[in-house]
Amino acid sequence: MTTPVRAITVGLVACRTCGLVMQRMPVPGPPASCPRCTTLLRERLPRSAENTFAWLIAGVILYIPANLLPVMYVSGVGGGEESTILGGVLSFWRDGSWDIAVLIFTASVAVPATKFLALALLLWTVHRGSRLARRQRTALYRLVEIIGYWSMLDVVVVALTAALLKFKALGTAEPRLGIVFFCGVVVATMIAALSFDPRLIWDTGAGDGH
Amino acid sequence: MPSLIWLVPLTAVVIGATLVVKALRDAGPRVSISFQTAQGLEVGKTLVKYRNVTIGRVTAVSLSSDHNSVLVSADLLRSAKDLLTADAQFWVVRPRIGIGWASGLETLISGSYVAVEAGDAKERQKEFVGLENPPPSTHGLLGKSVVLHAKDVGSLALDAPVYFRHFEVGHVIDRELEPGGHGARVVLFIDAPYDGLITHATRFWNASGIDLTLGADGMKLRTQSLASVLAGGVAFETAPTAQDVAQVPSGAEFTLFDDQAAAMALPDGEPRYVRMRFTQSLRGLFVGAPVDFVGVNIGQVFSLDLDYDAEHRSFPMIVTALIYPRRMGKAYEVLEQNGTATSEDKMARLVGQLVARGLRAQPRTGNLLTGQLYLALDFIPGTRPARFDVDARPLEIPTVPGSVQELQQKIVSIVDKIDRIPMAEIGRHLDADLVGLNGALGEVRTDVLPAGAAAFQSLQTTLGSVDRALADDAPWRDNIDQTLVEARTTLRTVRSLADYIDRHPEALLRGRHPSQSTVSKGSASAASGTE
Repeated sequence: MTTPVRAITVGLVACRTCGLVMQRMPVPGPPASCPRCTTLLRERLPRSAENTFAWLIAGVILYIPANLLPVMYVSGVGGGEESTILGGVLSFWRDGSWDIAVLIFTASVAVPATKFLALALLLWTVHRGSRLARRQRTALYRLVEIIGYWSMLDVVVVALTAALLKFKALGTAEPRLGIVFFCGVVVATMIAALSFDPRLIWDTGAGDGH
Repeated sequence: MPSLIWLVPLTAVVIGATLVVKALRDAGPRVSISFQTAQGLEVGKTLVKYRNVTIGRVTAVSLSSDHNSVLVSADLLRSAKDLLTADAQFWVVRPRIGIGWASGLETLISGSYVAVEAGDAKERQKEFVGLENPPPSTHGLLGKSVVLHAKDVGSLALDAPVYFRHFEVGHVIDRELEPGGHGARVVLFIDAPYDGLITHATRFWNASGIDLTLGADGMKLRTQSLASVLAGGVAFETAPTAQDVAQVPSGAEFTLFDDQAAAMALPDGEPRYVRMRFTQSLRGLFVGAPVDFVGVNIGQVFSLDLDYDAEHRSFPMIVTALIYPRRMGKAYEVLEQNGTATSEDKMARLVGQLVARGLRAQPRTGNLLTGQLYLALDFIPGTRPARFDVDARPLEIPTVPGSVQELQQKIVSIVDKIDRIPMAEIGRHLDADLVGLNGALGEVRTDVLPAGAAAFQSLQTTLGSVDRALADDAPWRDNIDQTLVEARTTLRTVRSLADYIDRHPEALLRGRHPSQSTVSKGSASAASGTE
């Protein structure tokens, strides 16, 4: 298996924003800006693995109260009920709305868990300098980025329900603290994914491959 | 030097730890309550409430080991741990609907919940036996509970209102049979500040339903409220003759009377038995019928027995009545002072004297519509003297037939007299007389009337002649006129003669002097006439 040439070895640097590829300044100093879009030019994101790890841990910690605390309070005639994410999934499943249950489960449980595992895996392999399946790991990173957009589904559901269900005595829905934590989880994992520099995957002794 | 980025997970940890600590701090006691049934209880859903504030949630429902009851576990809030006194009460609130009241209706939609009522005990416990019915909720309420003893509770329902002058001042919180089933026990709760109205002189009566009285002053309808008509109620008032107006402690015992009149009546005191023997039917007299003494209700009929009199081969009625001498009021006080009221013998002698004066028992009609009778002890004038045994116990009061029987006898005698009138004979005589009268009238018609007609005709002729005679052109009227003219002329002549004679009286003797012939020819002739 041939390893492609890395930009860093041929003295090239690409702008992360506009994709302009240019010759890297040989002089170390403050990072230069992209002449086209003024973004700071970096060969590698500084402290990428550390930042990703910190955000990932924060996300995992926030994920615990997000699941334990109720995310929504729905009151109808004669009383109200608070529901947690998993409780809501279960009640939807029991009521026969298995499609909605699957949807919420995917958005609220499967996606965050996938992101945690994927990021953890990426961090661990980068830390170890593993050279295994680097292409697939890069694809995995792209996947994490894409599914990250959909993790906010739960938050949107709660926000919409709370805004739409306002019939005073007949029925109201109010967000509860859990949704704030869930929001925090989504934000933390997104930042973690952004902080990860996928180029690190390829920094594992690529030059030695020749 | 670690990066500042590690503050992010640290913050998350701090927030999470705060939540955990809070949850641990809030975790309250877990209680176990046993119920007869778990109807309406759902694990994880059914709430535990104290004064309608959620203090916990049912976490498990299981059968007891002997399968005779249901064990309900509930996690309570930490703040609720002070409620778990040894005498705390748990019950399940389900919808309950009665007449005039309904409770727990919200549970129709929200589902049942477990309610807690705290107690005052110091000890704490975590295992309770739940109540099947809501207990009287009086904890923490200001007021007084009152225990009433009644023959039966009537239509008094739980939560039925208690009225004082038509104000609702409390409600029935409990009702149960007395041990052994002799009577019933009703517990009221009088809310503050009305509990101050309850004194030893307070009388309670059952204000359920409608009190309809038909009196001499018209029909009177008395009720407390529509709710009390349907669901019953208790009313109370202070007896007007009250002596003891000290307030009573909570839990004081009273009697529940059937109606206001009974409640406000003076205490009856010890009853005396009297016996009466009636020889006629007493249909309409029932056990409980009132006994009047000169118009005052002093007792009631206690029993009615049929006796057999072998001597007369008749079936007399033996009526035993309860007499409450105290109901005689002032008279009783007088009797009490001279000792008659307390001594049976003296009383018997007094009754003997009264019987000698004409005291008799008489059944009288109390209600003309229903024919119900009451017994009247009254002085009947002109009765035959009766035998009275002073030593008989109970006293036997001689009787007279009832007013209705007397009335019946009188009517019978009147009917008899009417019967004896010879109607047929009178009719026959009347008929004959009428025939005679008819003949007489025929005679009048045939004889008298034609003669009358003739008489009328001649009368008419006579009247016609008279009419003609009196007419203006009748000849005799001319004659009369002429005669009158003559007479007038004659009178004038006479007057002139008189004048002449007056002036010449000598003319009577000498005749008329020619020179003096001033007299008219007429008068001269008249004078000559007189010569």
